[in-house]
Amino acid sequence: MDVLVWLIPISLFLGGLGLIAFVWSVRTNQYDDPKGNSQRILSQQWDDRPKP
Amino acid sequence: MSTAQISACPACAAAPAAEELAGKALKDATLALSLPGIHCAACIDTVEQALNAQPGVKEARVNLTLKRAMIRAEPGLEAEPLVQAVRAAGYEAHELDAGTIAATATDRAGRDLLMRLAVAGFASMNVMLLSVSVWSGAEDATRDMFHWISAAITFPAIAFCAQPFFRNAFRALSVGRLNMDVPISLAILLALATSLWETMLSGEQAYFDAALTLTFFLLAGRYLDHRTRAVARSAAEELAALEVPRATRLAAGREEVVAVSDLAIGDLLLVRPGARMPVDGVITEGRSELDRSLLTGETRPVAAEPGQAVSAGEVNLTGPLTLRATAVGRDTSLARMAELVAIAESGRARYTSLADRAAKLYAPGVHILSALAFAGWYFGTGDLRVALNIAAAVLIITCPCALGLAVPAVTTAASGRLFRRGLLIKHETALERLAEVDTVVFDKTGTLTSGDLQPQDLEGRDPQALSVALALAEGSAHPLSRALAHALRGRGVTPAGLSDLRERPGYGTEGWLNGQLCRLGRASWLGAPAETEQTATWLAIGAGPAQAFPFTDSLRAGAEEAVRALQADGKRVILISGDSRAAVQALAGRLGISEWQAGALPGDKAARITELQAAGARVLMVGDGLNDTAALSSAHASISPSSALDAARVASDVVLLGGDLSPIPVSLRTATRATRRIRENFRIATVYNVVAVPLAVAGICSPLIAALAMSASSVTVSLNALRLR
Repeated sequence: MDVLVWLIPISLFLGGLGLIAFVWSVRTNQYDDPKGNSQRILSQQWDDRPKP
Repeated sequence: MSTAQISACPACAAAPAAEELAGKALKDATLALSLPGIHCAACIDTVEQALNAQPGVKEARVNLTLKRAMIRAEPGLEAEPLVQAVRAAGYEAHELDAGTIAATATDRAGRDLLMRLAVAGFASMNVMLLSVSVWSGAEDATRDMFHWISAAITFPAIAFCAQPFFRNAFRALSVGRLNMDVPISLAILLALATSLWETMLSGEQAYFDAALTLTFFLLAGRYLDHRTRAVARSAAEELAALEVPRATRLAAGREEVVAVSDLAIGDLLLVRPGARMPVDGVITEGRSELDRSLLTGETRPVAAEPGQAVSAGEVNLTGPLTLRATAVGRDTSLARMAELVAIAESGRARYTSLADRAAKLYAPGVHILSALAFAGWYFGTGDLRVALNIAAAVLIITCPCALGLAVPAVTTAASGRLFRRGLLIKHETALERLAEVDTVVFDKTGTLTSGDLQPQDLEGRDPQALSVALALAEGSAHPLSRALAHALRGRGVTPAGLSDLRERPGYGTEGWLNGQLCRLGRASWLGAPAETEQTATWLAIGAGPAQAFPFTDSLRAGAEEAVRALQADGKRVILISGDSRAAVQALAGRLGISEWQAGALPGDKAARITELQAAGARVLMVGDGLNDTAALSSAHASISPSSALDAARVASDVVLLGGDLSPIPVSLRTATRATRRIRENFRIATVYNVVAVPLAVAGICSPLIAALAMSASSVTVSLNALRLR
């Protein structure tokens, strides 16, 4: 069972990373326009170079 | 140690600072456009390119979800050229009042709840994993370690996530009341305390997972509730923002467009035909006719001439008018009447929601039960630890997780369904109140009728007269003339060749045919016998007698179906209008409404509704004008069309987004089903409690049973809500 000493912190750390990513996405307004985002990816306007 | 950068050239250091200052002084203007027609990636690109190409636009971004474009522009940029640019690109665009929209731009409360929900979800999953290994047989030191790790995750997570419940519970307790949040907070805190105590004594049972799952489910309910209301609020605000309050002021012989809030008493204003009066005032120049139907319900236009007082909200029909403002902003009669309505007691204030009624029974019951369990076990065994454990188990089992989801899950599902059918549910208890309705009171003008007039009795008239009437009608923008011209064109009449055709604002149009003067207009202008009860325009050719063209209001789409469906559902339908007797009687006959009342003043309408409710009826009021607002707010539930005056929309619980009335019976049926579903959900939650509570009191409820009962009841309740059609 010694492996738990490693596994539990690792699992908590990875889960925490996911949580931080979610919090970041909420804070940067990434859920303001879900319909628009799904359509914008189809636009060819910024295919060759990213939007400045 | 850090040192400030020192530049040799003072100007280099000063320039960016100055620029920054200048930028702050002249803040960017934010403009918003409503784009109802956009739906795809190509639309987004076209609109954004069109907007970005406009001079003065710094950044334009389209939001497809809200069908809106937000534009950051240089100060002083007007929205009109932008609207034109988008229209030129082929899309419908309307200006939105950015001040009204800005309030909803960042939904702080929603984001806050979402964060708490995410943290609760994360923590409860981790603790649940640890608990599963405890339930499946972890022992001694391993079990203790798992409990300690769970505690380390649970305490900070609860401290962050459960704050809304703690805060609400504290607020209720500090005024000496009980609400749903009191047992919730108590259950969470007691579970944490006993679990920590058990862990310290290396005991077997800890409820860390239960406390977190509870918080998670309850937050999910709160979030659903919040989202439903936020969607309704933002749609309602968009309706308000579409009416940008602007007026044309005459200053030093020049016209300038200013915001209505900048107007002062004594300003001279120009009101074009078709525009609404922005303020109360006195006419100084021009003759026209006024449509006062939004204020009085009367369809017949009123003549306007210099010296006459007008009030805000009336619509100028024919000629341009110049007004001198006598009352502006909050002092206008429109604003004062709207405020009076807001003060009046409203139907919704008297209503206690199902959830509140459930909480009133439930909260004291739970506390007494848990206290009794504690007392019984403490005096029975004399063991404080066992007694506390049992009390905590009872509180957790009975905790209203399913009750917290029972109402929001159903209202979210029902509001979503109704929103797709064009109904905006504005108030949280509106669905429950709609379900109880047994009497429906309709207003006539603007609600059952669309306000578009249709000429009657065109058959069997002299073709010569018809063609003259068409030629004269086409020379004017008056609504009666336009309706007449449209109807005559539809019948294949060709206009007669009149010469010297001209409009006499406030009276009518006149022209010459073969040396005869032909006139179409008001009865008094033509010397016709008398004004009829019905709205009419009169035609005179040469010295011949004047003949009347009477008009009726055209029905709003779906009005007949709505009335018939309501009557088929066994509802009593009543028509109350401020319009004349003949007009109301004709409409009531056409729609098959046997109970009607004409010439009702705003006070009469509200009084009639109060009278009906005193007799035990639950009244749904459907109305649109300022004269309906008192009735709208005193009724048990109220609906107004989106074309209604802002004050009426604010006073009503439900707004009809399209022009069609047929969703009204649908909404009543959906509301009835939703309320039945809510009651079912309460019953399901109660059944779970009835099964699990005896186990908890008997002391054989393990944390595993608690977790199962809680999750199962919450999931059943949510699934039951989704069954709603």
